[in-house]
Amino acid sequence: MFAFLTRRLLQAAVVLLVMSFVIYGLIGLMPGDPVDIMAASMPGMTPEVMKNLRAIYGLDQPLMLRYARWLMAILSGDFGFSRTHSRPVLEVLTPALLQTCKLMLISFFLSVVISVVLGVISALKPGGWLDTLIGFVAFAGISIPVFWLALILIIAFAVTLQWLPASGMGKVGDYGFWDQARHLILPVTTLTLANAGQFTRYVRAAMIETLQADYIRTARAKGLAPPRVILLHALRNALVPVVTIMALSFGTLFSGALVTETMFAQMGMGKMIFDSILSNDFNLALTGLLFATLVTLLSNLAADVAYSFLDPRITLK
Amino acid sequence: MRLTTSLAAFAVAGSLIASPASAKDQLTIGVAQFPSSLHPNIDAEVIKSYTLGFAIRQITAYDKDWKNTCLICTELPTLQNGLVKIVDMPGGKKGMQVTIKLKPDLKWADGEKVTAKDLEFTWRIAGDPKTGFSNGHPWTRAVKVDVVDDSTAVLTLDKVLASYNEWDQVLPSHIEGPIYEKAKEAGDYIKQTAYARTPTTPGLYNGPYMVTGYQSGAQIVLEPNPHWPGTKPGFKRIIIKLIENTAALQANLLSGDVDMVAGEGVGLTIDQVLELRKQQPDKFTYIFKPSLNYEHIDLQNGNPLLQDIRVRQALVYSADRKTLTERLFQGMQPVADTWVNPLSSTYAKEAMHYPYDLAKAKSLLAEAGWKPGPDGICRNDKGDRLSIEFGTTAGNRLRELQQQVLQNNWKQACIEVRIKNEPARTFFGETMKKRAYSGLAMYAWSSNVGASPRRTLASDNIPTEANGWGGANYINFSNKRMDELIDRSETELDPDKQKEDWAEMQKIYAAELPVIPLFFRAEAHVVPKWLKGYEPTGHGDWSCFWSENWRSE
Repeated sequence: MFAFLTRRLLQAAVVLLVMSFVIYGLIGLMPGDPVDIMAASMPGMTPEVMKNLRAIYGLDQPLMLRYARWLMAILSGDFGFSRTHSRPVLEVLTPALLQTCKLMLISFFLSVVISVVLGVISALKPGGWLDTLIGFVAFAGISIPVFWLALILIIAFAVTLQWLPASGMGKVGDYGFWDQARHLILPVTTLTLANAGQFTRYVRAAMIETLQADYIRTARAKGLAPPRVILLHALRNALVPVVTIMALSFGTLFSGALVTETMFAQMGMGKMIFDSILSNDFNLALTGLLFATLVTLLSNLAADVAYSFLDPRITLK
Repeated sequence: MRLTTSLAAFAVAGSLIASPASAKDQLTIGVAQFPSSLHPNIDAEVIKSYTLGFAIRQITAYDKDWKNTCLICTELPTLQNGLVKIVDMPGGKKGMQVTIKLKPDLKWADGEKVTAKDLEFTWRIAGDPKTGFSNGHPWTRAVKVDVVDDSTAVLTLDKVLASYNEWDQVLPSHIEGPIYEKAKEAGDYIKQTAYARTPTTPGLYNGPYMVTGYQSGAQIVLEPNPHWPGTKPGFKRIIIKLIENTAALQANLLSGDVDMVAGEGVGLTIDQVLELRKQQPDKFTYIFKPSLNYEHIDLQNGNPLLQDIRVRQALVYSADRKTLTERLFQGMQPVADTWVNPLSSTYAKEAMHYPYDLAKAKSLLAEAGWKPGPDGICRNDKGDRLSIEFGTTAGNRLRELQQQVLQNNWKQACIEVRIKNEPARTFFGETMKKRAYSGLAMYAWSSNVGASPRRTLASDNIPTEANGWGGANYINFSNKRMDELIDRSETELDPDKQKEDWAEMQKIYAAELPVIPLFFRAEAHVVPKWLKGYEPTGHGDWSCFWSENWRSE
């Protein structure tokens, strides 16, 4: 187990290094530079001022030199300065990360719980009315665009019923636990509905396959109670492939959160990374993207470790 | 019955968790952009100057009538009142001495006085290229600043400039001074400034409001500056809230989470506001203020087809711009003849106008040797088609609609335009910057009141590889007389002669037609009916520069 974890973490480090190089190169290839964007907002900006600004932000240096400097700084623990926020990168990313974690973890947990329950119910009587109904809801969750779902929820609960706030992370002057919780209800619901639909289909498929296995028939023939057969024997094995899907989805929740964060005006990681790419804020974009990559790699690793717990026949080498 | 009971239960539960209606001592403004930092002189952004309009006052600003006025000075310096003198400079040149008298009772929000030392400090650090200052009205115009007393400073300009009495914000030397001194050597003042590191420091602000809350990428909270000597601000709190998605921004407006949407180009687009007005005519006050944002089409003068003035004129005569603005913007955006807005004091009525005249366009084309072919598109004697590429920023729905209308207009005059759009980054960052467009390019220019057209029309601002693609004269316009007039207008102090120079510039522009003028964009403001004292300006000195007059009724 220890050797396996060490090897995988070393692999992750190499992947991160390659990714950093690729991302840096891609951002560097984008047309235009931030100073041009600034000049567009300030018609009076002279070429001399533009030259000064390029020098200040290091944009007059060759791309590879900038990358090498950035890499050396990262290795010494300095994540650099965000040009668009005028503050150190970690200072900018930390609150955004906390916000996204709140949103992601709550919605991920709810998605998993809902999908396991609905997936199992669906699989018990495939083709039945309950299965059809759950299938319809799950497909709706998969098919409806996140931004549209978000807008519908805002119109229903914030504009029409006026029960919940339409946006933001808290009310100025309040910001207590319950206030923040109220502000999270709609974004969490949006993200949960979008993910639960997808997970439900996977759980259903895995459960149907598992319930047809010989050892389940044996368990039933032995006279074991149906709940015991389903929860103890079938579900545990059915979850092995599903855990992989869920782990991979956990990493991609960042991109899912981008739309949700934008719609509900929550400054989280997804939105911050997106904005930083658009504005050529190299340090912020890279740190954010590398963090997202790291989350994906660690999620995969966690999934692999989870297999050995779910299925004792699987050993990690 | 069961459903009704459930809904009633929901309603009761909802009323328990719903927030109470916000009192009128708070104003929440929805915006679709967020400032990168709050330093007034670094990284020019519309949203930043809008936000700072509540908290830091420029020395002077143009008011709603487009007249230059004092904000934190006692009297606008002029030659007539003796606060401005023409002086001899070394080398036989003429320069100027401008005396600025700051209001004596003006204080930063921490209680420190705003003094001439602050002005001198601001000028000094603006001259350091490592600070990255980029002002609308550069401090570098002054070569020397003498502090006379607490409230008086004399600025020496090394040349005569018409913009001698236009000056931006001053910085608090008691806060920023030590930071600058420490950061000067490393050249990282830009990273250390308190405006970025501790933006809620009261001493950074001298306006009616000060920043008391700053959540990067989310919202900025402003509260009254206790030391503000002017009109008492009407709100206990102003919140500038970021909601990037405009559909969500509208929903927030309707739900009451946001009271108003700023019209200064940081909120909703004009078509969205017009649609909102159609759906909710009585819920808000809608104000449409023509602005200095000039929408136009650049013409590639390297294209042989466009080198013929008759073709350029035919393009303008056959573009039904009036109908375009009426159909798309309900006539709220006035048609332009040149880059100068009719609201400007330098506007010249006598410049050439181009009303919609399809017959004239066709006769001009015939005169230039273009005859309609079997497919309705003109051809010349060599059989070349009158076909031109037409680009703009992809994904901008309004511009794409404008393109379709114009494409249809021109087709009727036997001109074919082929639409070729690019993402904004590519369009501005590569294509326009390097003048790589082949025919027509549509976009907007914004400028300040009375700003010189040097950057867009002077020969020395044509971007070339040699000058690192600097300047914004993307049309490669080079006219000796125009250059002379630009030089002269920047230094002419006599208002009548100024007007003459500007009138001639507009005549040259309208006659030469280096671009197709379209219209002046209108600011579209959505404000609550209970908000009083709100007066949009239509230019870069925003309505919030007078926000102490805003109050609820």
